[in-house]
Amino acid sequence: MRAMDTLVQASNLGRRFGRRWAVARLDLSIQRGERLLIIGPNGCGKTTLLRVMSTLLSPHQGSIEWFGGKHGTRENIGMMGHDPGIYEDLSAADNLHVFAKLSGAGTEEISGLLSTVGLDERTDPVARYSAGMRRRLALALLLQKQPQLALLDEPFAQMDPGGIAQVSSAIQALPGAVVIASHQVQHAAPLCTRAILMDQGQIRWTGPATSAESAWHALHEERGEL
Amino acid sequence: MSATLRVLQKDLLIEWRSRSRTVALLSFAYTILLIFAFAVGPDSAALKLHAGAYLWLGLLLSSTLLLDRTMRIEFEAGAMEKLMLVPVPATGIFYGKAVANLIQLCIVGAFSVPLVFIVCDATMVEPFGWLAATVFLGAAGLAAPGTMYSAMIARLSGKQLLLPLMLFPLVVPVIVAAVKATSLTMLGDPMNQIGSWLTLLACFNLVYWSLCGVLFGRVVEA
Repeated sequence: MRAMDTLVQASNLGRRFGRRWAVARLDLSIQRGERLLIIGPNGCGKTTLLRVMSTLLSPHQGSIEWFGGKHGTRENIGMMGHDPGIYEDLSAADNLHVFAKLSGAGTEEISGLLSTVGLDERTDPVARYSAGMRRRLALALLLQKQPQLALLDEPFAQMDPGGIAQVSSAIQALPGAVVIASHQVQHAAPLCTRAILMDQGQIRWTGPATSAESAWHALHEERGEL
Repeated sequence: MSATLRVLQKDLLIEWRSRSRTVALLSFAYTILLIFAFAVGPDSAALKLHAGAYLWLGLLLSSTLLLDRTMRIEFEAGAMEKLMLVPVPATGIFYGKAVANLIQLCIVGAFSVPLVFIVCDATMVEPFGWLAATVFLGAAGLAAPGTMYSAMIARLSGKQLLLPLMLFPLVVPVIVAAVKATSLTMLGDPMNQIGSWLTLLACFNLVYWSLCGVLFGRVVEA
């Protein structure tokens, strides 16, 4: 594997909050165009790992390198976190306009993006949207950015079946590498090629995404939760 | 510079879309001024003498509402992280937001001055330009450290209490200089002191705007 094909290379990565290590001694690499699913129980470190990979959190241990150490990391990373990252007083179109202008991108594709995520008929402020609609707007912002590395934290949370279908097809339309952290393995696994199972801040299992659900069940059985 | 202008445009667009809150801010400033006037009573000489102080106390208290909101819109739904990933430089975010706050404080000041003249029976003795310059420089002295502090405490609990606790001691020199300059424009300036007070305000602004611009990046990254 050529070094330039590796988008993220994390070695012995650790991040703690107070005395508790949310991510500890973790090694991970993500290749160009790869679709990676991260699963694991609540508090296992999925969100922390995504936030470290997004550059929004710095590691307390180990090292992480993006795009082979090239500059301009942040402009190539897109993140859809728990918070949608939008302005509540603005409409969906206004939000897309604002971020297009901030990044110097064009505004021609905004109506297309809104119809992709099913928000083309909403002209009211985002404050009146449901949680699922806010997440769809966050996904539209991610599609607008077209990042080389897209990080999605629970993209199917608070979605109805129609929303899940729209989000799934939108994720498939993302051009670069995609990392999805989700509990909803049945929706996320078909979109991914590789999966990792995290527990207590470390990777417990790595394998094809098609086997993610059985690995997930095995962890539950081991913990006596099934 | 372009990042600053884009953040400024964004903030002004948000304020325009939610202008009912701007009306609420003006109403708050008016209420404070009226309370001061009623508290002093019908003593016209005392009201006239302290009109400058009432104006700046009204502006200072109103600024806490404005400055609290300026960072709440960035942090309540995670928009600040999106800005950082665009990436918009931290200095661009700071100066864009601080200028947006300055504009809004100047608007509150512009609407408050006529009320002060009415309720305090104040008059202009010196040219109006001095008062306009005082409002501008005083508002700038509140906007820069206020924007910085509101970012520092945006993710803390009890931030609405913390902001005045941290901001007020820092801006005491600005308030003192602004009150002095305002009073001199209203009561007369036989010793030609207004220029000195405005120079002092300009110096404070130079320090606040440059220092806060440098430190803001560390604050938001932390």
